[in-house]
This record gives sequence, structure tokens and C-alpha cells, in this order.
Amino acid sequence: MNKTPLSNRFDGGPDEGGHFGIFGGRFVAETLMPLILDLEKAYDTAKEDESFQRELRDFSSHYAGRPSPLYFAERLSEHLGGAKVYFKRDELNHTGSHKINNCLGQILLARRMGKARIIAETGAGQHGVAVATVCARFNLPCRVYMGAKDITRQKPNVFRMRLLGAEVVAVESGAGTLKDAMNEALRDWVANVENTFYIIGTAAGPHPYPAMVRDFQSVIGKEVREQIVEREGRLPDSLVACIGGGSNALGLFHPFLQDEAVHMFGVEAGGHGLEGDAHSASLSGGKPGVLHGNRTYLLQNGDGQILEGHSISAGLDYPGVGPEHAWLKDNGRVSYVAVGDDEALEAFHLCARLEGILPALEPSHALAHVCKIAPESSREHLIVMNLCGRGDKDIFTVAEHSGGMDGVVDS
Amino acid sequence: MSGTRIDKRFEELQKQGRAGLVTFLVAGDPDFDTCLECLRTLPENGADIIELGMPFSDPMADGPAIQAGSTRALQNGASMPRTLELLQRFRAGDSTTPVVLMGYYNPVYIYGVERFLDDAAEAGVDGLILVDLPPEESGEILPGAQKRGIDFIRLVTPTTDSARLPAILDGASGFLYYVSIVGITGTKAPDTGRVSKSIEALRQHSRLPVAVGFGIRNAEQAGALGPLADGIVVGSALVERIADPETRSGIPGLVAELAGALRSRNRKATS
Repeated sequence: MNKTPLSNRFDGGPDEGGHFGIFGGRFVAETLMPLILDLEKAYDTAKEDESFQRELRDFSSHYAGRPSPLYFAERLSEHLGGAKVYFKRDELNHTGSHKINNCLGQILLARRMGKARIIAETGAGQHGVAVATVCARFNLPCRVYMGAKDITRQKPNVFRMRLLGAEVVAVESGAGTLKDAMNEALRDWVANVENTFYIIGTAAGPHPYPAMVRDFQSVIGKEVREQIVEREGRLPDSLVACIGGGSNALGLFHPFLQDEAVHMFGVEAGGHGLEGDAHSASLSGGKPGVLHGNRTYLLQNGDGQILEGHSISAGLDYPGVGPEHAWLKDNGRVSYVAVGDDEALEAFHLCARLEGILPALEPSHALAHVCKIAPESSREHLIVMNLCGRGDKDIFTVAEHSGGMDGVVDS
Repeated sequence: MSGTRIDKRFEELQKQGRAGLVTFLVAGDPDFDTCLECLRTLPENGADIIELGMPFSDPMADGPAIQAGSTRALQNGASMPRTLELLQRFRAGDSTTPVVLMGYYNPVYIYGVERFLDDAAEAGVDGLILVDLPPEESGEILPGAQKRGIDFIRLVTPTTDSARLPAILDGASGFLYYVSIVGITGTKAPDTGRVSKSIEALRQHSRLPVAVGFGIRNAEQAGALGPLADGIVVGSALVERIADPETRSGIPGLVAELAGALRSRNRKATS
């Protein structure tokens, strides 16, 4: 199965067939294969092209607002009574999350390839908004597939996408969430291969997407390396990030994978608990299988039918995970843990009150894990958490789960 | 490889100078018994080869009709063991009609590749089509299929160029499945002119029979494409009739009509 073995490094994948160990690969319909091979070639060329990298850096700085700050969360650290907690403020990026990093990279690539039409899938709508944004900026028509259930619980982002000129298509099949949106985007792509570029939002899908999205997101970890050394004179002890597909986490982790002393925690959505089916923790509660172009850990039944995940956070509500995470789990480099809906909500409120920051429900999961490990760590221990999205989109969900808006205000 | 049911069937078709009718149903759609009953009527109404879909929760290459069929089957208890049982029950009453299992890789992978090949061979399968397993990824199942005499049927599409074709043909047997449209099953209508050119080009590189599918819905289309190909695949048009008893009763008639269209449009028998 593996044509070339991975080099003996944690950051050495994938091999030339797009495999991370047994994970990854290109499990797609034959109609898409020539396209995916073209994309791989185009990306390999662009990656080495200084003019492409310069253009990407320029838009990242002046359009998206990079570098994002590394902020010492002093009151939260005091409250937790242990480690020094830093937030990587990727929620301050244009469009409100880390998603813009990847979308800028892919839209510049789409332009190089002469593609005339953009499609995307979205869960929470953060990726959809970022895609709609770059499509407006580069004047390309944009269609975003979004599960019908997600459209209901993420209305503000649907409105944002439409304001930016994107067509948002409600996907009714399945449970009407991210998995179903991705199926529909793949069906659109198969039918429109000639002119369409599919901007996948996470580090999953067929090769080269997992590696490409990771590369575009790695700007997060590269900046953290410089910023933490400037602030503290050394590398952090622990990195924490939430995992849906896992692009923000890989972006943070990847530049540190060879630094053995740096511990890494990927935090999955534990929903109502791992004992039932109502969670989205594919690494902690799933097993290897093949979906959406890659082999990875999946939530599935004994017959290989994919299960619908659950999470309070639409952005983590996906039954799969990027293949590089599957590999980093199996080789033990990264620890993967799960945090439930209630813990994430609690962390959301804590962050709002102590730091004056409304985090998205996705990084609220990461924050909940920080709340567990920080008190057990020494005052010298440095934690960097990726605050990958802002919570404005989630205020109604939070209100609903916290006894209504009145309950939030009065309590 | 000669002497398989698929090879024999295409030899007979060649002698008759016509394309065969390949009919697709989803295993267990709408339920086990109805599906079995329906399968049994196919050969007597003129189906030459049967494709049996292995239901999957996420059929990414399929249009609304087959998605719905898969969902119905799964809701009514379909599973890989039940699919193989359906095949076995069909085979018990029909020892000559070739049956091809078609679907997505995950249910096969989870069942266990070796166990699946053993049990499918035992149940009487002749060929296997895995839509999301291109040549790049098929190394983990192809040798095992070949060892058991199960044809691994490859898809050729309008996006396949001459650079890619050799990889697709390597290890292909039984027949080639030409996907006649750029898209998902049962949506667009194929363009006869384009399909004709593509099949001609394909025949320069392979002596395997070529079946055409994805978008053929009626006797008129089947009749037009029949002279170009060795097989015509019809799926969505059957699957969308199977759920409702009233439309289901029209399936034998539709199959007979499709078969009639192929029989009346003989191409020159090649020998």
C-alpha cells in the first residue's frame, strides 16, 4: 500500500501516494482522479514558487491581519492556579477564525489553475464565510453546501455568506450536518470537474488536501514559535487545540512535531459522553475506515455505515478526522482527549468573564481541557492554546443552553 | 481467464451481435424479500447481467435515486451479511446470470477484505466494482479478487486520458465500465457522439467488453447507445420505481422494453 516509507520524522508525511502510515490516500471516484493529480502537481509547483508564497504572505498580512497576537491570559491563569496560559488569537483574523489562512492559499492556487468556479462545504459556517470572502475578493462565483440542521443553528453565518455574494445550498440528506454537506460538495465536483475548484476546509479529504491545508495552516505554529520565544525565551511545554477535521490543531502542532519536549493535546467533541453515539470524537471513540477520499478514524457501526456525530459545536460535528491526526494518534506523538458539551459551555462562560473574549464553541472545547491540565501544572509550565474562532456566531446556541438570554445576563 | 459467467455471457452476446442489458438494484431495497423477488424477475425479462449495490450510508458518486435506495435498504435492515445472503438466495435459483457487487470500499474494509472475498465467492459473485477505490488504492484487494476468480471491474470516465488509461487497465478483467457522463448516477443524459468517440478510443487499448452506464434511463437511450457498446447499464430508473408497489409492478415491463431495444438494434456480430 505504501509506495515510499515515511521518513523517520513525525513531520515527514505524507508519502508520495498521500499516505500517513495506513491513513490518508486517494479514495475517490475515477472521474476525480485526473483532477486530483493535477491539483497535486499545481500545488507542488506553487509551493516552491517564491511569487506564490510572496502573494500569500502579502494577503495574509494586509487582508487577513496576520500575524495574530499571542496573548498571555493572565486572569485565567491566576484563576486556574497553575500553568501560564497563552492564547494564539486566530479568532482576530479577518472573518473571525483560522479558516481564512487556508482559503487564501487555495483561492490563489485556484486562480493559478485558471478555475472559474469555487465550491465548498461548511459546518459551523466559519469555513463557508472565509470561502465566500475570498471569492468576493477575487471575483469568483461561489457555492457553499451546508447541512440543513447547521443552517438553522448557525444563521448569522448563513446571512454573512449571502451578503458576500455566495450561494448557500441547504443539504437535507442524512442528518443535515457537515458530513452530508461534504458528500454533496463532492457530487457537485464530480459533475463540474472542468471548471470547478473545491476548497476543502479542513486537513482531510483525498491527497493532496490534508497536506496542503496543513501547510497553509502551519503559519499558526510558525508564528507561535517566534512569539513565545520572544516572550518567554523558550518553547512552550504544552499545546492545546480542538479537533473537528483538525486543521487548526495541525496548523499549531506541525511546526513543533520534532520538538520532543513539547506536549500536544488534541481535544475532540465528547458531546453527551463517549459511552453512547452522541459525540464527535472519532479518534477516541471510532475506528479506521474510508470516507470522503481518505482512510482515517471514523464513527461507524459494525457494518461500516457512518454514524452521525453530535456536538453542541457545529464545527466539530463530523464523524471523521484528518488522516495525519489518525497517524499521530497511532504513533503516540499527540494525546487525543474528549471534552463534553457541558464542559465546553462552562469554559465559554469562564473565558467571557475572565478575559473579555467570547470564544467560539469549538476552541471552548480546547479551553475546557486547558482548565483540566493547567491547575495540575507548575507556575513555570507554558501552555499555548489555539483560540481559533470567535464566539459571536454561537451566542444564540449558548443562550439556549444557558436558560435563555435572560439567564445568561442575570446569573 | 475464460469460463467465468461474465466471459461466457459476453461471448454469447457477441454471437448474438448485440449489447447486453445490465440492471442495477440496491441489495435489500426496499426490503430483503421484495428485492429478492424483484431480482428474480430481471433475467426472465431480458436482463443479461445483474449489478447489486452494496448499501452505504454515504454514496458520494450516486444521485438522489440511488441515495434514497441505499437509505431505504439500511433502514430496513440491510447489511453486508444480508447482501451476501441475498446474492446466495438469488444464485440458488439462477446459476448462469452473472452478478456484480457494486459499492463503496468502507463496508468491505470493515467486513474484512479477505473474509469478504471468501464469502462473496462462496455466495456466487462474479465481479466487483468499488467506486471509490481507484488503481492507486486497490492493491489491498485486487490480488485477492484475482486469486478467487472474481473480476475486478474498473471504471473509465470522460476525464480519463491516455496517460492514465494504462493504470486503469492494469489488472482490469471481466468488462470495463464506461461512465458516460461527467457526474453522479442518474442525473445527466449521455451524449451519444461523445460516448461513441470515447469507446472507440478505449477499444484501441483494451479487448475487454465495454459496458456504458450512469444516466441511461429509457429504451430510446439504450437503443441509441446499444450498437456502440457491449453492455448498457440501467440503475436509477429501476431503483426509483422499486419503493412504491404501484411503480414497482412496472419494473418487469421496463426491463423487457430496454432489452427489446437492445435486441432490435443489433450491431454487426464480430467474430
